[in-house]
Amino acid sequence: MNLELLASDVFRNAMIAGTIAAAVTALVGYFVVLRAQAFAAESLLDVSFAGATGAALLGIAPILGAAVLGLGAALGIGALGEKARERSVEIGMVVSFALGLGIFFLSLYARGSASHANAGMAILFGSLLSVRPQDIMRLIGISAVVLGGFAGVFRPLLFATVDPEGARARGVPVRLLSTLFLLILALAAAAGALAVGILLAAALLIAPAAAAVRLSRRPASTLLLSLCLGIGITWGGILISFLRPWRHPPVGFSVSALAAAVYFIAVAASRRAYARRGKTIIIGDNAETAQWTFKRGTSRKGSTRLSRSSAKGGPSHAGP
Amino acid sequence: MTAMLELLRYPFIVNALVTGSAVAVAAAASGYFMVCRRATFAGHALPNIGFAGAAGAVLLGIEPVYGLFAITVLAAVAIGLIGRDLRDRDVTVGVVMTFALGLGFLFLALYSGYAQRVYGILFGSILGISVQAARVTVAAAATSIAVLGILYRPLLFSTFDPELALARGVPVSLLSVLFLVVLAIISSLAVQVMGALLLFTLLVGPAATATRLVKTPLWAIMVSVALGLLYVWLGMAFAAVNGTIPVSFCIASLSFIVYLPVRLFVRSEGRRRRGNTTATGQLA
Repeated sequence: MNLELLASDVFRNAMIAGTIAAAVTALVGYFVVLRAQAFAAESLLDVSFAGATGAALLGIAPILGAAVLGLGAALGIGALGEKARERSVEIGMVVSFALGLGIFFLSLYARGSASHANAGMAILFGSLLSVRPQDIMRLIGISAVVLGGFAGVFRPLLFATVDPEGARARGVPVRLLSTLFLLILALAAAAGALAVGILLAAALLIAPAAAAVRLSRRPASTLLLSLCLGIGITWGGILISFLRPWRHPPVGFSVSALAAAVYFIAVAASRRAYARRGKTIIIGDNAETAQWTFKRGTSRKGSTRLSRSSAKGGPSHAGP
Repeated sequence: MTAMLELLRYPFIVNALVTGSAVAVAAAASGYFMVCRRATFAGHALPNIGFAGAAGAVLLGIEPVYGLFAITVLAAVAIGLIGRDLRDRDVTVGVVMTFALGLGFLFLALYSGYAQRVYGILFGSILGISVQAARVTVAAAATSIAVLGILYRPLLFSTFDPELALARGVPVSLLSVLFLVVLAIISSLAVQVMGALLLFTLLVGPAATATRLVKTPLWAIMVSVALGLLYVWLGMAFAAVNGTIPVSFCIASLSFIVYLPVRLFVRSEGRRRRGNTTATGQLA
């Protein structure tokens, strides 16, 4: 046990950066799960990979390159078709090209020296243990933008997510919101990538929110739970990597393993609850979420219409 | 041109050509089904999951191919069984994928001197393939193409009209698992050629272009295979002539450059006639 390590600057910086990144990704991840955009999130990460490696090649901070290219890709994906079904192929093409570009940049960069090769590893798998104060400042800047945007679009975005037709009928700019969300997601992905790397940030974006959506129904409590799970997973991961008496497992591994464990435990728990109560657990529980939005909102009209649509049963039932 | 022919005298170039072609054919053919089944995310995840297997095999000191086979086939069965609902499936795939990548990272961190090894697995090293690995790859590619040929009709039916297929007694979920297993086998082969990150290009690129150009399934597969071979050959030629650009980047750029105009200009055709009406019309 290396308890004295916990008092070090390295540990403190890692905890600060990890907490911020986990909080941002867990909040944004709620909508990633509700909107079924896991693949879009993954693709923005891959684009960030090209951005980060390109920035490293130019001598700029990788997180800035990741954010810039991610924003561009978010605009591009937002400009593509509406239908998620048609999108998956286009997103796939963007992913493959972005990965190719990233690999090209990285091969140019890593060829330079061994320290460059290790810097490339940090982009891919995270660099929480080598976070410097200026990285934390950049992270705080990006996170402030993400949280501001998130708070700004939260209510209309929730409406547009659970009931796109109703939102459109009421004049909510659904298409614009979808693009705005992708922009927020791109920045959150860049923040998460700083903590656990481009390849593993999807764990922080998806797993806490997916577990929370399984365990809780109301948006407020789900968000809170997702936040707690995300931060808990990151703290746990950092602690495991620091305290392990045996060789230090990389933070990226312990965080992604904890994330997977939390998600699968949540899946098992919700399935057991289903078996015991004979109730249908609905992922994201669209109808109830929508009703909650309306009760809190100004009008009641939508809620009757929505409960009728919930009686029909959404397409998202998940049985055991 | 003569410089290119000169290159063919080197055995490692011939190895690379043969393996690359075999992988291109198998990936392009199964890529057609992947695109039509909207299993793009699974196709992206399986090679990445294979990264863990390859890294584990390196740590244990056995051939990476075996680790790749074991873990991707396992993951394919798991994904096929767990994810029935699309939304559920994407989340599960994402979580499993990141876990596998983290695991691979752990294995390689335990294996000292890891950075170059990681790059080799992630980005592929088509020019460093041994004769034995080339033989295994070609054999497995041929097997997976044969399996696709046997499953062709029921797989097509269950891809385009799952409800009707189910009603007619086609084992839809079994087919779905089998297809993912084929995808897993191709993934594990191609990781050595293209790397875990870019194999996805060969799966999605040719097929995405082909489905926009041609509507009947058989022709779309033919076009897809032709495009896949073209990308691999041209990509390798570029890389060989230039010397600094990675092969995988050339292939990815080619497939994107071809796809972009097709996506922009062949749009209305795809909107007017949906692929699924022609496909089920043929089968029903």
